[in-house]
Parts: sequence; C-alpha cells; structure tokens
Amino acid sequence: MTLRSRKLINGAMTVVCGCALLIALVPLASVLWLVISRGLAGLSFAFFTQLPKPIGEPGGGVGNAILGTLLIVALGSAIGIPLGVGAGVFLAEKGDGALGRVVRFVAEVLSGVPSIVVGIVAYGLVVLPMRHYSAWAGAVALAVLMVPSLARGTEELVRLVPRTLNEASLALGVPEWKTSLRVVLRTALPGIVTAILLGISRAAGETAPLLFTSLNNQYWSTSPGQPTASLTVQIFNYATSPYEDWHSKAWTAALILLLLVGSLSLGAKLLARNRLKGLAR
Amino acid sequence: MMTVQQTHAAAPQSASPQSASPQAAPAVPKIEVARLNAWFGKTHALRDVSLNVPSNTVLAIIGPSGCGKSTFVRCLNRMHELVPGARQTGQVRVDGNDLHARNVDPVDLRRRVGMVFQRPNPFPTMSIFGNVVAGLTLNGVRGDHQAKVEECLVKAGLWEEVKDRLHTNALGLSGGQQQRLCIARALAVDPEVMLMDEPASALDPIATARIEELIRELKEALTVVIVTHNMQQAARVSDHTAFFYMGELIEHGDTEQIFTNPKETRTEDYVTGKFG
Repeated sequence: MTLRSRKLINGAMTVVCGCALLIALVPLASVLWLVISRGLAGLSFAFFTQLPKPIGEPGGGVGNAILGTLLIVALGSAIGIPLGVGAGVFLAEKGDGALGRVVRFVAEVLSGVPSIVVGIVAYGLVVLPMRHYSAWAGAVALAVLMVPSLARGTEELVRLVPRTLNEASLALGVPEWKTSLRVVLRTALPGIVTAILLGISRAAGETAPLLFTSLNNQYWSTSPGQPTASLTVQIFNYATSPYEDWHSKAWTAALILLLLVGSLSLGAKLLARNRLKGLAR
Repeated sequence: MMTVQQTHAAAPQSASPQSASPQAAPAVPKIEVARLNAWFGKTHALRDVSLNVPSNTVLAIIGPSGCGKSTFVRCLNRMHELVPGARQTGQVRVDGNDLHARNVDPVDLRRRVGMVFQRPNPFPTMSIFGNVVAGLTLNGVRGDHQAKVEECLVKAGLWEEVKDRLHTNALGLSGGQQQRLCIARALAVDPEVMLMDEPASALDPIATARIEELIRELKEALTVVIVTHNMQQAARVSDHTAFFYMGELIEHGDTEQIFTNPKETRTEDYVTGKFG
C-alpha cells in the first residue's frame, strides 16, 4: 500500500467518522430543540408553584408534580443507594465466592428487566397489600431499578482502590469492616457519588414504573402513603390528552424535567472531572 | 553450627529455645518461629522455617525473588492468611505467646506487630497529619494527637520537611517522604515489632540512607525484621541475617558471619553475587 493510498483511506475514514458523529447528534439536538422551543413559552413562576387547573381554566402549573417527583426520587434513593452501594462493596471485597457470583448474576438479570415489569412487581408487592397507590410504591419500583447499576458501578470503583491501601489499614490493626468502610469506600467515594447522581437522574426520568404505583394526584400531597403526582406521569397524561392547552403544558413540564435531570448529570460530570484531577496528581 | 537441621531439632515448642544469635541473647526471644510452612493454594512458599529474633535487634531477610521472604514476614503479623487460598502450619510466637492461639485476635496482634510495605501507601484521602494518626483515629482513639504526630514524624525523620504543611494531602510528598510517612504511621500505634518488606526498594539512595539510619534508631525501642534485596543494606542495618532460598531457610546467623564466613556454599554464592 502506498503512502498516497493510506492518506486517502485515512481522509475517507475521518469523513465517515465525522458523519457518524453528526448523525448521532441529530436526535439529541432535535430533542433539545423541540422541548425548549415548545416548552419555553409556558414557563413561568406560576408553573413551578401552582396546582394543575381543570381543563378550560387558563393558567395553573405542575408544582405538585415537581414536589412529587422529588419526594418519590428521594424515597427511592434512600432505599436504593444503601442497598446498591452496600452490595457493590460486598461484591468487590468478598465477591469472589459462590455467593458473590450469584449476587452478580442476579444484578445482571435485574438490570435487564424492563422498567414496566418492575412497576408491576411493585404494584403486587406494595400497592395490593396497602390497597391504594402511594409514593412508597413508586419509590420501591425506582429503588429496584437503581440497585443493579449502582451495585456494579460501586464494585468497579471499589476494585480500582489499590489493594495496598487495604493492607496498610489492616496492618495498623484496623478491623476488616472498618477498613472497607472508612478506607476503601472513602477512597472510592467521589466516583461512587458520580454513579449515584447518574442513577438518581435516570430514576427521575422513569414513567412506566410510576404509572400504577404512585399513580397521580391533582393536589398537594407530601404524605408518602398517598397517591403522588410526578412530572413524568403528568407529562404522560397531558401529552395523551386531546387538549391543545395540555399538550403545551406537557412540553413545559418536559423542559422542567430535562433541566432537573440535566443539572444532575452535569453535577456528576463535574465531580468526575475533579476526581480525575485528584488521581492525576 | 546454625544449620537448618539443627534449628529444626531444637525449635519445636521448647520454653527456652536455642538462641537465634550465637552470642548472648535474652532468655525469651521476641519472636520465635518453629517449623513454619506456608502455602498459596498448591504453591509451597515456606518450608519448615525455624528461627528466633531477640528483642531490640534487627533481623535482615535476604534471598532471591520468590524465595518466601515476604511470605515469611507476612506470617509474623497474620497478614498471610488474608490472601485467598493461603494457609500455614507451624508456630509463631511473640513474647512466648502463640499467634494462632484461639484467644489471639489478629486485629490486636497487628497493632503490636506493625508493618511497612514495599511501596509507600499513604491514605490518599487524608492529610499528612491524618495519615500519621490513622491507626488511632480509625480505631476510635479520640483526643488531640498533635504531640503524637510530632513525635512520630521526628522519629521517622520527616518532621522538619513537613511541619509547615501537616494538613496538606499526603500524596503531595515525594516517594521517599511518603515512605517515611508510612513509617511514622506504623510507629503511631506503638508497635513492639516492626516488619519492613523491602522498605527502600522504590527509593533513591539519599532516602534509602535516611531509612537505614532510622532502622538503627528504631531498635533502641523495638524489634525489627527487614526484607531486603540489597545485600549492602542488610550488612549495614542488621544484627542477624537469614538467607532464604526456594522457601527454605538456608542459613541464619550473625550478619558479619553470614557475609564474611558463611557456612553454606549456597549462602556464599548468593552473598558474593554468583547467583540470585
């Protein structure tokens, strides 16, 4: 192969890769453009603070849905983060035996379960015994969705902590469990926080597991035992309604959700970058 | 006189085992090792090793790579058993007490038998100050550790270099400084024995010299076992030297004798650089 033909192929491949990049960016850009262009018009202070108005009445907002999403995601995180991180530390520190293989296999299967199936399971486990929809049920569904990726993410990050730190701590007469928590987990923490933020933002964007667990609510509700509104379910209801006014409200609610999830992801990225800086030193 | 066979014959469980040193040694040695065998899975890493280390002396362990030196010191603070698939037989006694007796908690033992590793391993999330007192704070010892930090850093020969930046991250130190920090950290829990696994192998000659000086000072207060690849280092810092080869203790005696008048030809070949 001559130098000339190599240069030609190199140039052609660069063009192909560039095109692939552009094509991949089209959906992202169009989503952003559509949501912002259609949602921005309805954005007002009242939209953040007011309750939804019945059809026909102008104004109103999704304040209760924003609060509800925060509530459900917070509860789900409170259940899912300790379980996921704990399982991850276990897998990394003690996961080479049979139990570890089982846990890892279960986590893999669980991460492949469609979110609507997780919703049905939460319906059966929480909604049916309680006899009504609740934020708890939604939180359980979101927690189940968070655990597998969080466990595997934590495992990878804990395994990156050099074995020598473990030994340094043990050789000082620090018990194993304390070494795991206060030396190993502490060292992996910045990365784990990133994984947690990404898990939270993914959970906040879920609709299917909430549809028949936390359902919806047209009023303010801060009690996790009650049916609770969420941005995603509200968007779903507005978007599938026949009313033009509700359609535009769906776009605005979608914009708010995008901002919420986007700022979480951005926070995660910034943390990850700081962590890389720390390692490079 | 100190051949392997003789050591074996004399060592098992006797209350006053034969002295590790041909010269005067305390009645009960600080460390007594009798017929120690260690395995990693199916690999037989240590074969029937018996030797004693008197109090306030420095024992150097020399031998080619893979001869079981590191495994040997890791058996002395029960770090060996943490490796998956590792097991051991035989006895190790510190102050006459068997390390593997039921009532011995390896966690307590490791506070008495400290260890410094081949590569500096300060805790990256902690400051210099935090690293020195890590063994105390992680074990829940509260209080103002200021005096302790200064004492240990002075002993480790690091105080002058770091006293103005005690609260900066420990990773900002050079490799040699980090290793001295790790020594200060090991000293802070007041161990009686210090195990050092090639503590200077990753360091430049100046940092190495400081650590050797430190080892000679340490034996005033405690007993030191140091693994080294560097025979000059063994000759400079130790009172006794043990030569390991293929998992066996080939020869053990006064450092001067090992280096000038070894009994075994394999020892002579190794210390004169014919192999290894």
